[in-house]
Amino acid sequence: MYTTELKDKNSKAAPAALAAEDPERLAAFEARVASDDFIEPKDWMPEAYRKTLTRQISQHAHSEIVGMLPEGNWISRAPSLRRKAVLLAKVQDEGGHGLYLYAAAETLGTSRDEMIAALHSGRAKYSTIFNYPTLTWADIGAIGWLVDGAAIMNQVPLQRTSYGPYARAMVRICKEESFHQRQGYEIMMTMAGGSAAQKRMAQDALDRWWWPSLMMFGPPDDNSPNSAQSIRWRIKRETNDELRQKFVDVTVPQADAIGLTVPDPALKWNEARGSYDFGEIDWEEFYAVVRGEGPVAKERMMARVKAWEDGAWVREAALAHEAKRSARMAAE
Amino acid sequence: MNREWPLWEVFVRAKNGLSHKHVGSVHAAGARMAVEAARDTYTRRMEGVSLWVVPSAAITASDPGEAEALFAPAQDKVYRHPTFYTIPDKVKNI
Repeated sequence: MYTTELKDKNSKAAPAALAAEDPERLAAFEARVASDDFIEPKDWMPEAYRKTLTRQISQHAHSEIVGMLPEGNWISRAPSLRRKAVLLAKVQDEGGHGLYLYAAAETLGTSRDEMIAALHSGRAKYSTIFNYPTLTWADIGAIGWLVDGAAIMNQVPLQRTSYGPYARAMVRICKEESFHQRQGYEIMMTMAGGSAAQKRMAQDALDRWWWPSLMMFGPPDDNSPNSAQSIRWRIKRETNDELRQKFVDVTVPQADAIGLTVPDPALKWNEARGSYDFGEIDWEEFYAVVRGEGPVAKERMMARVKAWEDGAWVREAALAHEAKRSARMAAE
Repeated sequence: MNREWPLWEVFVRAKNGLSHKHVGSVHAAGARMAVEAARDTYTRRMEGVSLWVVPSAAITASDPGEAEALFAPAQDKVYRHPTFYTIPDKVKNI
């Protein structure tokens, strides 16, 4: 799972405080990044690079962790033992992906606890997609196919992102993510080939998840203020609109192949462009969800905070146990 | 306020015959828990046969700002490489 860099529509782009940086070091940094060299944790970097990356990687980590909730919701109701084992493995992977990413973000100097506190207080964003509810089993298929599909589209170029720990986490995540998409598509394929009611359920899931999946790529390029700098710094490798178009182009034939219809009357193959034209995205809905007005945003955060608070005694007990154990070791 | 679990660096040996390689880090209260967290985090698909965990605080790293000076002594010693020496073509097995 993934998130693009999210900000409220009205929040100003971080003022590029580059003027305050040592020009010689900045020039050397820019040259290194431009030559596709990797930046490692202890290397000098402009503050704006550190800040943008910390925000992007921690948002990405939060998305993985919050993304466990809509799917976790269905583990106990999976239709067969096979589906249940698969879903458990997928949700566990998402947890792992969150941990790789938190660890990568920590190398930039922000502690895990600070990042978690920022998520729980609402200061940090996570992907808008997880603030939509999972109403039926077909939604688990649609999430794997579309949401993880969109994630892969975004994450593949990030394997070459300029910050070493982020790039390495992305390589690992991409390797694991492919099964997520395929298991989702398999669920959709099975339901689309099933009874009329099952097919309706699959189509309904596609209808509800299609547009939110397109929104996952973030605001359109002309309203994505940090894009140019992020691309110059190789934090991003392709723009939101480029990635969105790629996603549409590969996904529409996948829907056709299993007899499902993409819910967009404006969708049309454009021979000249060699791409699909598609309808206008409801950006007001997107910005509302970014602001925290998604259908189940409150439930998601309540579940996260509850899990964190209910686990507090475990974290404390583990430290107390360790202190006792090492004291005993020292005495022996 | 609770204290954060300390950070550990994780090294995985992919198979016997290879050395342990750094793969990332985990938070854990102690070494044993760190090994278990590393297992769950970094070897869900049989990526390894052995794990090392090291408290991150125990690692001393060289300063990248001084990398040039630190590694400079090796730069002008090309005679440490076999290609530095010219041997006639007709001489074999050397």
